[in-house]
Amino acid sequence: MQRTATDEGRSLPTQALPILATGLRVVRDGRVLVDDVDLKITSRDRTTAIIGPNGAGKSLLMRILAGLMVPDAGAVTWAGAPPNRARAQHVGVVFQRPVLLRRSALANVEYVLKIAGVPAHDRPSRAAVALDEAGLTGVAMSPARLLSGGEQQRLSLARALALSPDVLMLDEPTANVDPASTAAIERRIGKARDEGTCVVLVTQDLGQARRLASDVVFMHEGRIRERTAAEQFFAQPTTREAAMFLKGEIVL
Amino acid sequence: MADISNAFGEAIRLIAAADPDLIEIVGLSLRVSLTAVAVAAGIGLPLGALLAIARFPGRSAVNVLVNTLMGLPPVVVGLLVYLMVSAQGPMGALQLLYTPTAMIIAQAILVAPILAALTRQTVSDLNSEYDEQLRAWGVGAWQRAGTLLWEGRFSLLTAILAGFGRAIAEVGAIIIVGGNINHVTRSMTTAIALETSKGELALAMGLGLILIAIAFAVNAAVMAVSATRTRSAFA
Repeated sequence: MQRTATDEGRSLPTQALPILATGLRVVRDGRVLVDDVDLKITSRDRTTAIIGPNGAGKSLLMRILAGLMVPDAGAVTWAGAPPNRARAQHVGVVFQRPVLLRRSALANVEYVLKIAGVPAHDRPSRAAVALDEAGLTGVAMSPARLLSGGEQQRLSLARALALSPDVLMLDEPTANVDPASTAAIERRIGKARDEGTCVVLVTQDLGQARRLASDVVFMHEGRIRERTAAEQFFAQPTTREAAMFLKGEIVL
Repeated sequence: MADISNAFGEAIRLIAAADPDLIEIVGLSLRVSLTAVAVAAGIGLPLGALLAIARFPGRSAVNVLVNTLMGLPPVVVGLLVYLMVSAQGPMGALQLLYTPTAMIIAQAILVAPILAALTRQTVSDLNSEYDEQLRAWGVGAWQRAGTLLWEGRFSLLTAILAGFGRAIAEVGAIIIVGGNINHVTRSMTTAIALETSKGELALAMGLGLILIAIAFAVNAAVMAVSATRTRSAFA
């Protein structure tokens, strides 16, 4: 039972949008982890939060949407075609645990610019701007893997945004991060959204979902149980599971 | 006992006086082994990265081959290269037998499998760590190999140093294909073998001391590399 679609923001054509998932299903060792998932994400300036209890299939769904995993059934398209390598740079991904290269913070951002074909003489300045927006100018030359956990995740986000992707996908980006960095990361996500990035956020943190989401996808046991505007979801969830989840009760 | 201490004193004198014969032998050894390691790295690093990343028919056969070659005794490698480059061998026309080039080929064959196997392990570990992120960036296969080799640069440098240690200390292969010819293919290890059998201990001991110093320097370099990677957490 889904509420009316709430994607009413700017729907300009892009390389990646709309992201359309139909009939997704993932089975592992006889367990159905994602089932019967249809989802359409169209708008450039909205944030869709995928929430739900542990093991609901949120991260799996994000990986499938990002083209990193092939579902056992169903399919995903970006702007009408299956995800492919050539358009990967239009979909930025931030993982729960940042995967940083064994180089300086600045070189981490420069690497991504290089992959995307940015000319060598433009890379240092663009990377410096990306670090500046993440508040990391002071550690630009530090080895990335020596930064604090919060700084590492801010760098991971800065790196993903350096290419100005159409879509930014984040898998519990602040699960292992200190409060100050969490606030910085949320500010940066909000800024990216305001600049026209479509944000897809997997989170366990209801406070974060309230602060950032314009739309909510509520998952439970591999299925999408609600998909609605955030305000509506938090005020009046329509399923019993969502209501219990919001109250902090364990959903069985 | 007196003989040995006399020889030791003479050895020190040869080193201190930069004896031309000694210098020539050390120079040839370094030239042969450094070139061999460079060639082995040029083959072993890309091959190791390929084995770690790519899935292709015959991959497990290549893996078995690399593992087997890694354990080959130097004399067997020497024999194989001898058969290749001797006048009746497939490369006989090149007249490489008893030249430094033949010694370089033999040592490269000894070292390349070691570098390939260590590279395969290093790159394979890094590949599992970075796989999802690299796919999220749309990184292609060649770029992935290059990226992971660079990410593993400290481990690979250590492997290359270990390969050089094996090459410079090896005697069995180069004595067969080089022949220990004075002023042409006489290396530190082959000269030690010859001089000792002749009872000329001074030159043998002088060369032995230099080999020990080189082994020490290689180990110091390995430790310096490992200290750098720990300090900068580039590891």
